[in-house]
Amino acid sequence: MIALIDYGAGNLRSVQNALGRLDASCTIASSPDDVAHAQAIIFPGVGAAAPAMAALRDRGLDLAVTAAIRNGVPFLGICLGMQLLFEWSAEDGAACLGVLPGTVERLPTQEKLPHVGWNTLDRVRPHRVLEGMEGEAFYFVHSYVVVPRFPAVAAGETTHGVPFVSAVTRQALLGVQFHPERSGTAGLRLLENFLRFADAEAAA
Amino acid sequence: MLLKRIIPCLDTARGRVVKGTHFQQLRDQGDPVALARLYSEDGADEITFLDIDATPEGRATLVELVERTAHEVFIPLTVGGGIHDVDEIRTLLRAGADKVSIQTAAVQRPELITEGARAFGSQCIVVAIDAKRVSKEGWMVFTHGGRTPAGVDAVGWAIEAQRRGAGEILLTSIDADGTRAGYDLDLTRAVVDAVQIPVIASGGAGHPKDLVAVLTQGGADAALAASIFHSGAFPIPETKRYLAGQGIPVRL
Repeated sequence: MIALIDYGAGNLRSVQNALGRLDASCTIASSPDDVAHAQAIIFPGVGAAAPAMAALRDRGLDLAVTAAIRNGVPFLGICLGMQLLFEWSAEDGAACLGVLPGTVERLPTQEKLPHVGWNTLDRVRPHRVLEGMEGEAFYFVHSYVVVPRFPAVAAGETTHGVPFVSAVTRQALLGVQFHPERSGTAGLRLLENFLRFADAEAAA
Repeated sequence: MLLKRIIPCLDTARGRVVKGTHFQQLRDQGDPVALARLYSEDGADEITFLDIDATPEGRATLVELVERTAHEVFIPLTVGGGIHDVDEIRTLLRAGADKVSIQTAAVQRPELITEGARAFGSQCIVVAIDAKRVSKEGWMVFTHGGRTPAGVDAVGWAIEAQRRGAGEILLTSIDADGTRAGYDLDLTRAVVDAVQIPVIASGGAGHPKDLVAVLTQGGADAALAASIFHSGAFPIPETKRYLAGQGIPVRL
């Protein structure tokens, strides 16, 4: 069963609807217990880092999410849900989960911010979930981007005036800056890849 | 690079499309969900619903319509028409809208922009501006479907909307709307140059070349249109291929 982390920051519903289209059932996880039983986790998010981290801590979800990732549970972080995996965010100076080394910074671009709309995923590193995604356009809405300390984590890049890391992977963990649940057929395909990946990991 | 967006707009009332559409592949021409799904499959970058029935019964139907659409359409959905407080914004976002478009209520009480942006983030607050040329250099804001002059300069109002937390501007030229003679390029350029947030141009599209003009000369980030898509004259895939052929970066 896939757990959708509910910490009150979210477009949970959109993700739920998209999974429904793919005939995948999911549970809404709002307690550490829900997370502990998950076979795969999707960590969505829209909004600012500090209130999101406060909401996670209030519910004890910060430790539960970190533990699940360390245990190798297939994990997909979306937008803020990817950013919170890093150590620190320049958005309100919030301390984050620290699962991945690096920070979250305002995108240093001359172009308009927020970066809203469809943009392409380029320079994709091989990963089962990102298979066939090179050059596909996805829907983005954000002003901050992740800056991984180790380039090996970067799995995809997007350019808005300047290039930034728009996908990260490490073992069974995947994070994307864009919103697959709002990115039409390309987004649904990515979610489907993740579901297959999670099934394969569970069978292994 | 960031792609230019093409956004079909559906006028709705009581859960139905109110302007005629002509799609042989659709059994129910008046069902906004079926039409939104068709446009999404055709490659629309977003969908906008503009509800012209702001009665309480109409509102309840709209919320239900948004819920049904969110189950079937997986691209961003903006909903506008008669929204006047934060509770209504919350209800529509919870139902599955990604953004709400506020217009008359924002002019009457600009704090609404700030309240909406604080509660839900700027990314989901679109301020819609209906503007009409009143002099050689100037455009004024009109409300209530273009009937009531608001006594506010359109470019100045766009700047204030941005300052108050708007995430995007949906700019409609009252002069061009319905003419199919092209967007008001001067108006669009004036607003684009005055704000840093994305501007969606609306009103006047009659041919894909009009979209090219407003996305290049006008500098718009997105082009919204209704009748050129609804009439079946220029389907979205052909329109986007035409734009790509003219060097406009679009999602194909």
